[in-house]
Amino acid sequence: MASKAVYSQRDPMLKKRDDFEDILEERRNSSDLRYALRCYAPVVYKGLCPSKAGTLKSMVLQSDQLHYVIHQVCRETGRAVDDVQEEASSILEEMAHRLQLSTVRFFAFTLSKVFKTLFRSICVNEEGIQRLQQVIQEHPVVLLPSHRSYMDFLLMSYLLYTYDLALPVIAAGMDFMGMKFVGEMLRMSGAFFIRRSFGGDKLYWAVFSEYVKTMLKNGFAPVEFFLEGTRSRTSKSLTPKLGLLNIVMDPFFKGEVFDVSLVPVSISYERILEESLYARELLGVPKPKESTSGLIKARKVLSEDYGSIHVYFGQPVSVRSLAEGRVNRCQFNLIPRHIPKKPSEDIHSFVNDSAYRLVRAQEENMVLKPWVLLASLLLQNQVSGQKRGIALDELTEQAVWLRDLSRQYGAFLHWPEHTPPSEVVSSSLSLHRGLVRISEGRVQLALDKAAPGEPRSAVTPEEELLSQAVIILSCASYRNQALHVFLRPALLASAIHTASSNKKQEVFNSFSFLRNMFSNEFILCPGATVQDFEEACYLLVKTGALQVTQQEVLVTERGHRTLVFLTSMLDPFLQGYQVVCRFLCEEATEALTEKQFIPAVRKFIIKHLLAGRLRYTEVLSSDLQKNSLAALLRLGAVRKIKGAEQGTLKVNTVMVNSLEDTLGGKLPTQKAVIARL
Amino acid sequence: MLYISTKYQIIRKDFPFYLGKTAHGGLWVQIKNLPGHLPKESPSHVQEIMKWNGWGYSDSRFLFNKKGQAEFTGKRYRLSGMIIPGLKDWFECTFGASLQHKTPPLLNSSAVQPPTLNEAFVEELKSTGIPFSQDAEDRVFRAHGHCLHEIFALREGKFGRVPDMVVWPNCHNDVVKIVELASKHNVCLIPYGGGTSVSSALECPPEETRSIVSLDTSQMNRILWVDEKNLTAHVEAGIVGQDLERLLNESGYCTGHEPDSMEFSSLGGWVATRASGMKKNIYGNIEDLVVHIKMVTPQGVIEKSCQGPRMSTGPDIHHFIMGSEGTLGVVTEVTMKIRPMPEYQKYGSVVFPNFEQGVACLREVARQRCAPASIRLMDNEQFKFGHALKPQVSSIFTSFLDGLKKFYITKFKGFDPNRLCVATLLFEGDREKVLQHEKQVYDIAAKFGGLAAGEDNGQRGYMLTFVIAYLRDLGMDYYVIGESFETSVPWDRVLDICRNVKARIVRECKERGVQFPPLSTCRVTQTYDAGACVYFYFAFNYRGLSDPVQCQNLHAAREEILANGGSLSHHHGVGKLRKEWMRETVSNVGMGMLKSVKDYVDPNNIFGNRNLL
Repeated sequence: MASKAVYSQRDPMLKKRDDFEDILEERRNSSDLRYALRCYAPVVYKGLCPSKAGTLKSMVLQSDQLHYVIHQVCRETGRAVDDVQEEASSILEEMAHRLQLSTVRFFAFTLSKVFKTLFRSICVNEEGIQRLQQVIQEHPVVLLPSHRSYMDFLLMSYLLYTYDLALPVIAAGMDFMGMKFVGEMLRMSGAFFIRRSFGGDKLYWAVFSEYVKTMLKNGFAPVEFFLEGTRSRTSKSLTPKLGLLNIVMDPFFKGEVFDVSLVPVSISYERILEESLYARELLGVPKPKESTSGLIKARKVLSEDYGSIHVYFGQPVSVRSLAEGRVNRCQFNLIPRHIPKKPSEDIHSFVNDSAYRLVRAQEENMVLKPWVLLASLLLQNQVSGQKRGIALDELTEQAVWLRDLSRQYGAFLHWPEHTPPSEVVSSSLSLHRGLVRISEGRVQLALDKAAPGEPRSAVTPEEELLSQAVIILSCASYRNQALHVFLRPALLASAIHTASSNKKQEVFNSFSFLRNMFSNEFILCPGATVQDFEEACYLLVKTGALQVTQQEVLVTERGHRTLVFLTSMLDPFLQGYQVVCRFLCEEATEALTEKQFIPAVRKFIIKHLLAGRLRYTEVLSSDLQKNSLAALLRLGAVRKIKGAEQGTLKVNTVMVNSLEDTLGGKLPTQKAVIARL
Repeated sequence: MLYISTKYQIIRKDFPFYLGKTAHGGLWVQIKNLPGHLPKESPSHVQEIMKWNGWGYSDSRFLFNKKGQAEFTGKRYRLSGMIIPGLKDWFECTFGASLQHKTPPLLNSSAVQPPTLNEAFVEELKSTGIPFSQDAEDRVFRAHGHCLHEIFALREGKFGRVPDMVVWPNCHNDVVKIVELASKHNVCLIPYGGGTSVSSALECPPEETRSIVSLDTSQMNRILWVDEKNLTAHVEAGIVGQDLERLLNESGYCTGHEPDSMEFSSLGGWVATRASGMKKNIYGNIEDLVVHIKMVTPQGVIEKSCQGPRMSTGPDIHHFIMGSEGTLGVVTEVTMKIRPMPEYQKYGSVVFPNFEQGVACLREVARQRCAPASIRLMDNEQFKFGHALKPQVSSIFTSFLDGLKKFYITKFKGFDPNRLCVATLLFEGDREKVLQHEKQVYDIAAKFGGLAAGEDNGQRGYMLTFVIAYLRDLGMDYYVIGESFETSVPWDRVLDICRNVKARIVRECKERGVQFPPLSTCRVTQTYDAGACVYFYFAFNYRGLSDPVQCQNLHAAREEILANGGSLSHHHGVGKLRKEWMRETVSNVGMGMLKSVKDYVDPNNIFGNRNLL
């Protein structure tokens, strides 16, 4: 039975996780060809109605749902039924996968080769695989992997093939279609393509949702999609998108299936292939359009060592159990089920909460490598202004301290047990030698290195800053992998720091303010402020860093180090949000549009960085800038004026100012933002 | 009921016994074979021929004989006296039960609370001459219906609150007197008809402090007149289904109302619960059959002034009465439509490759409005169950034929024996039309892959209806308990509700620690223009469980039904078992309407069984 509690274990230290097996080991010892051609006979859903991809399409086109929408579109636009039907058919044609075992075998062969060159190991929790196998037979399954790399979905299919499990159909963004050959290959390995945005296009939505539902309901194949919607460039989990989750839950709400199993999958890369690509993108170099030739150019990637991958198949989550007591399915009794209806308020909030829970479930089973801790420490060290870096043995000492702390907070840390810490540290550093520099026994980030191939002399201060930023953002993306472990305690630590007194209520107010402010930045389940506060207190008290009485929150002597570390963890974000506020107050003109916002704020930040008024280079991340704008929009400090060109931003200077001051601890937290303690 | 009053006997003697042209008559006509039971001094001895802690007649029961073979005792049914060779294996395989592990009922009917009597009421009642009893057996017998938890408790010798006395009015006027006296002395009245309730409707509210009087209508069982011009009959409400039908048959008529409980349930009970009959496609449900109702309430008698076939006179007051479940008064007399007996009857059956196809066929039949008198679709589990209930075949030829049929269906036609399902059919009417109708239905069935599977299978399917309740008692002898419940649901939801409710039952059993997988099965029993009635059965082996009745979790199953667009009840009624869902079923305003009617008609809650609201 799928467990109901996705993440809500009270004590994260007690989390039990499965062991891993390396699947590449066998690949290195036996024939890839035989492996690719072996007998593949996965277990299937017990309610499976066997159907070919072709019948699937006609099932979709003949469904009541689609018929209804086609006629609706005809009525509204005056177009002929045949015409609209034709369009629906071509949408489906453009979208549909053509899963073929032969293509899968081809991938199984080539990917074996590629993976063996790129990675030391690909580790999978086999118990998770067994659970998945069970659940595939019982209910329609939705696979929800985290998304950090292009690799993710090929890797997923590869693993499922390896374990003789049903191959999934995967929702992929249309941009892949640009790569002609590869697009088709992916289609034949189970990908189906959806447009990135189809806002008001009823027909497109109907075809799309019906296609997904038909596959799910009939147990055709597990449906796979990325809750985060897109690859996270920062390694932080992204705020989940609800569209597809809504679609896959709908058959349960409407009683068309008994249950749906959602399986969160956490894929952690020791080194991300797209590492510096992401950093550049965040700094404003636009994402290169996916093209086949681009992919071939990326071949040099193949010569490097990318460490290991850990894939953790989480506990299947039953939609039925999630919905128990939360969703009244009777609401679907009075309207024919094929008539599309906007989800009601309670359904929407249920889907939203579930999405957060699932993303947290992904986060919790992400494997952290020692390097993640080192990156966190090196970044903090870099900012503290030590020009010569940190001594190797000091770094090791700090890393050991942080290792123990993170374990106490329930991190899924893979620290080699029987290796001396100094070796662990040095081997981690060597895997990421592009990001760090070791000289004379001291370690620092490799900031002085110019981009290869560029003559040093031609570098302007701005260009130099940007090239440093690439390193820093790459490093930050590793630190970010650990953020979810420290987030709640860090929010509490910062709250204690900014609160005007030690009174518990004030600390809570401050915590609540920060949490609210950062809820676009981090995965913070809506409405769980009190729970998060209690969890943070619990962890800090348990580790002896804090004493919490009825009235007061007191930092202990030995807790000082922990709290300094935690506040430093959050500090770049605090500073970043403040600088965005400052920009909006000082430089935002009447005509600032949403589109112009990022370039303008970037310019502003560069100016401040160069002038030495800002310590954190990572504030240059457009992700942070977007998130802070989203937060300000959500809080009503900035408004988007509709109708005007491309959404002009209207800044409420007073409010933005006061938010900035509150973030900086200059203003006490306003009572208005306070939830009940 | 089966006690025979003097008047009743005279009527009986006037008519020869109906010998049954119809094949299905065999199901109950054998009542004539009963050792003639003579009228007793008191009408309270119905329990001598009826089980007090199980279903039906005392002489009819399933048992495993010394050889370990199942047999059905008695002489009343077609299955009576027969060996059923397949039942033991089916029973042991399906439930993981063993004949070694028996749970015989504890025979202990003496632990009944002494009656709380309202002396003044008793005194005045005596002066009216209406028979009554305070005998423990009489009271216990009328303290329950046939829900699993009720029978289970009885078998364990547990009695909750039971009525303090039983009265047997003989006619409408007797009822008027009793209700007046009850109102005057503030006594709680619970009308009792056939006692076949499966909604806890007959359970005495434990919180009731007043004296509870069970008003047994069984003596009001006469057909008062038959109007052949208008094809109506005026009947006392205590008459039991099989008697009504038999008596009308004697003069060439029938009502055609045949609920599964018709052997024991009463006309008044049908009206009070909005009953539905197997052959409603021809004759209609009780609300279609009723022309006029007389009901005695604490405010007086309610009835219409004429027998017009339809009226536009505001909301139909009959609809306050039908489904009132004994909360407003006692139905005493009913004018019902009657029909000439059908000239010809024919059973039939169709095998479908799977349940989905079967449902699609029923839907098409309903769309074309050509449903036979009865059409029912059993799922695969019930098909197998029906198979296990085949009596010992008498000749090698029959068993050879059976084998051939099986071969044809599974091997030649490629039906998966673990997926196929069967529809049973009953056609009625004049011969020509029946044959024509039959062809039409079989043609539709063929479009959905259905194969005609013979009259025998059809007939056995209907027989199953009558004996299934007896089977529950057999199961209870061996740690197996079971229950059934029903709903009605729009056509597009039928398949989903069947799948989900069955799956929910399996899941609930597992979660509640039931050691063996339960039998969880359903059938579609009625078709309507806009939907169907679905009947669920489930049963499981409860060895190793401390509170087996709780494990049945009807609550979860009903929640599942409601979440899947099913109704709270199609024909069993609400009683006390399902009243927690009434508000959400009929809305706040609806609830207020019903309450205000109750408040007006029975302000002192004389009819205090607390059903429905």
